[in-house]
Amino acid sequence: MFVVNPLDIAVEIKGVSHSFEGALGQAGAELMALSTTDLAIRRGELLSLIGPSGCGKSTLLNMMGGLLTPTSGEVRVNGAIVTAPMPKTVSFVFQENALFPWNTILDNIVVALTFQNVPSGERLDVAHQALKAVGLSEFAQYYPDQLSGGMRQRAALARALSLKTDIILMDEPFAALDEQTRMVLGEDLSTLLNQTGKTIVLVTHSLGEAVFLSDRIAVISARPGRVLEVIEVGEPHPRHPEFVTSGKFAELRNRLYALLHDEIRQTLSTQAMGIPSAGLQSAAGSSRHD
Amino acid sequence: MWQSNAAYQVGFVVLVFAAWFFATQWLAISPLLMPDPVNVIKRLAQLLQSLEWMDPFWVTASEVLSAFALSSVLGIALSFVLSRSLWVVKTFDPLLNGINAVPAILFFPLFALLFGLGPGSKIALGFTISFFPIVINTTAAFGRVESIHLKAATCMGASKWQLLRYVLLPSAIPMILSGLRMGLTLAFLSVLGGETIASFNGLGHQIAESSQAMDSELMYAWILFVIAVSFSLNTTLSLIERIGGRAP
Repeated sequence: MFVVNPLDIAVEIKGVSHSFEGALGQAGAELMALSTTDLAIRRGELLSLIGPSGCGKSTLLNMMGGLLTPTSGEVRVNGAIVTAPMPKTVSFVFQENALFPWNTILDNIVVALTFQNVPSGERLDVAHQALKAVGLSEFAQYYPDQLSGGMRQRAALARALSLKTDIILMDEPFAALDEQTRMVLGEDLSTLLNQTGKTIVLVTHSLGEAVFLSDRIAVISARPGRVLEVIEVGEPHPRHPEFVTSGKFAELRNRLYALLHDEIRQTLSTQAMGIPSAGLQSAAGSSRHD
Repeated sequence: MWQSNAAYQVGFVVLVFAAWFFATQWLAISPLLMPDPVNVIKRLAQLLQSLEWMDPFWVTASEVLSAFALSSVLGIALSFVLSRSLWVVKTFDPLLNGINAVPAILFFPLFALLFGLGPGSKIALGFTISFFPIVINTTAAFGRVESIHLKAATCMGASKWQLLRYVLLPSAIPMILSGLRMGLTLAFLSVLGGETIASFNGLGHQIAESSQAMDSELMYAWILFVIAVSFSLNTTLSLIERIGGRAP
């Protein structure tokens, strides 16, 4: 279909697998989180990784960011093999609690720029610009605890943007937010990314979020994870709320659901057999809150 | 709100003194056990005026500060090293808690033998008693640094020194401060205790000496002086803790 120029590949995953040693608390026990996987992420696209709990999508993301080393195969960013975090090229947005609670959101960004060795004279300006880009200028002197979950996530996004990396990796950045806040943040993200042209890899649990935000969606199977299919969304950015009610959206969402349904069943049945998984616990926990 | 609290607090102190005063007037209590508070306050005023409090005060203060300086510097350094490894923490934490539960005052006779009756034995006792709470709190403080914060900082390119300066310390400081506060209070208590048992000088020594001389008024005057000192110490520490715990 497409012939992709190798220079247009931002992240390349080749024959990558990952096992956690002694993950079950026994010496020699190995838990295969990710089986041999190939995936290429194009420059400037937003690619979502979606799959059942424990399928290794976060593991894959952490390997792209240099936080984990593949057991086999290699991960290349801009053609170079990843061995450690690359603060100049790749930044992360984690779940809600990754801002430093002892710093104001402005200082959170200034500290990040300090880590990245940005000259001290430029840090404040860059930080203010980043907060302005996400609409948080007035809240610069607030501590994370004083902001809502949605605002905190905007601040975390501002911190990642301020680092001016080509690639941003997002690990379920909206997971802790309510549905409405998620939708609005999703729209904002789509607009923002349309302006910056960054390459984004997004790990998500939400089918709707994946369809709404992504250029492509990589569907990962139950553990040990592998890429089942890569779905093209084919809708221009920035995306608007009307996209959600379109037939195309529903069709893509249903296709994703059909692909994932059996995988999720399989995950649930292995969990019922007593294989420990954080995923089942969190699922049980959230249903109790509902 | 604060003002009405303060009014009640002052009222409580006045009430205690009033009860003390009327007890000495109306009940047949030996002035040796409970002297008239008016006389005690007169003696305290004399004491303050004569500047005789200065020498014992500085002796005690220097013992407390030496003990505290030793236990806080060594305690924080040891905790930092311990907390680098989860295994070490898991192994040594119960041990430290166990040692902390031993009444260290038992070792005072040994310290007196080793370091004599001067400041040395008080500093040793103050150090022994204040060291463990500082280590236990500081180790816990470093251990509770959120791994997501370390991960985030590492991704953003933080060096080892930057991790310490911008993540580990600010995250741990509130709990370190409460450990230090506990340590200083305990150092003060144990130095005073040591002085009343066996010493040549210091506030505790003055209390024990006036008691042996059966000069109860003077003994109470010294006790009031020590209460005032510990009250100011506590207030200062609360203030430092509040300021230090808030901003980095």
